Amino acid sequence: MSDATFALVATGAKILFVWVIALATILPNLVWAERRVAGMIQDRPGPNRVGPFGFFQIIADGTKFFMKESVTPLYVDKLLYNLAPWITLMPGLVTFAVIPFGATLPVTIGGVTREVPLVIADVNIGILYIFAFTGLGIYGIVLAGWSANNKYSLMGGLRASAQIISYELAMGFAAAGVFLAAGTLRLSGVVEWQQQHVWNVVPQFVGFLVFLIAAFAETNRLPFDLAEAEEELAGGFHAEYSSFKFGMFFMGEYANLIAASALLATLYFGGWSLPGVAFTGVWGALASVAVFFAKTIGFIFLFLWVRWTFPRFRYDQLMDLGWKFLLPLSFFHLIAVAAFVAAK
Amino acid sequence: MQSYIPILFFAAIAALFPIAILVVMALLRAKAPNPTKLSPYECGIASATDAHDHRFSVRYYLIAVLFVVFDVETVFLFPWAVMYDKLLLFGLIEMAVFLYILVLGYVYVWKRGALSWA
Repeated sequence: MSDATFALVATGAKILFVWVIALATILPNLVWAERRVAGMIQDRPGPNRVGPFGFFQIIADGTKFFMKESVTPLYVDKLLYNLAPWITLMPGLVTFAVIPFGATLPVTIGGVTREVPLVIADVNIGILYIFAFTGLGIYGIVLAGWSANNKYSLMGGLRASAQIISYELAMGFAAAGVFLAAGTLRLSGVVEWQQQHVWNVVPQFVGFLVFLIAAFAETNRLPFDLAEAEEELAGGFHAEYSSFKFGMFFMGEYANLIAASALLATLYFGGWSLPGVAFTGVWGALASVAVFFAKTIGFIFLFLWVRWTFPRFRYDQLMDLGWKFLLPLSFFHLIAVAAFVAAK
Repeated sequence: MQSYIPILFFAAIAALFPIAILVVMALLRAKAPNPTKLSPYECGIASATDAHDHRFSVRYYLIAVLFVVFDVETVFLFPWAVMYDKLLLFGLIEMAVFLYILVLGYVYVWKRGALSWA
């Protein structure tokens, strides 16, 4: 097998793996997990009738999404209305392409051993790629709110856009600290740096907290889900969507949640690495994949836990927290990290 | 550029997957529209006005403008952060001056009340 063929097959296998594990397994099961966790936290059973532990609930929910009538109200802007769910779902999915999910996997075929880095595309601007695509996600929400020609949608879309751009600033400043310490924007470089030194969460705990809070705001999760706010906005930006178009917003939110969890694990908790453990060989690489997904699922659980524990912010509190607290905090954090690195 | 080709494949799947489901499901699902169903949702009351005729707070606009200013600063910070181990003291002082000017602007905006919603 030539090198070119091997590279092609390896890339195809990695893409397939990420789709099957991250998107086709975790994403639908997250819907079930969320409802079970909600039940657990609120001291009630949650869905438990369809299959063992209500596990087949996702099939029932999915079928409902697919089979419901797709209502397109008369006064919507047809083009933007149909485009918006797609723009929301896309960025959440493509983020996974640059996140390293395991150590290097040695593959021996016909006596030749080749090293396969377990990341789909190890680009040198990894984090900029992610910020660029999550930034695009805002368009989906704003266009959905505007094109639906509904007052609730419009309010939800406006709120979401202002909220997401506000917290993106603090998120960027907090993340800059990580790349300053590692000296690269490449995500695999950040993981390697943490493997050699220390997990970023220890020296940059403040940055981690800012990034975590901003991640909640960016993914529109409680306590920052003012864009949806069922009680006042009747669903907000997706009030006029039904059937699978609504399902795409729903999946987009969960895809963003998984991506944010994977990113938190990669930037602050060492990605696929564990302190003092060298992941070598085939089994080492597989173990590192398991470590990465364990960390990611840990963060996903944190997202669910917070959602069912905290009440929603008021809008002025939300803006104050973003602009008057997190933004200056992330400024000073970055300066402190820079001074610390210079002193060393 | 070579390393971006897998991203292209990945993005193509991500882009086509929802479209494929939409097309297939359009053949299967029921379709029974009526005028009430197709009117904008407003808690069961007939809409009196168009959503786009309503005004909304100018603060949303202000936030967007401020975001552009501060986001450009963040973009400047990334190359600096990556090259920091080569710039060291020079880089630190340079960026301290840069951030000082940025913080001045931030304090000004705050004092003018642009960040308050109440």
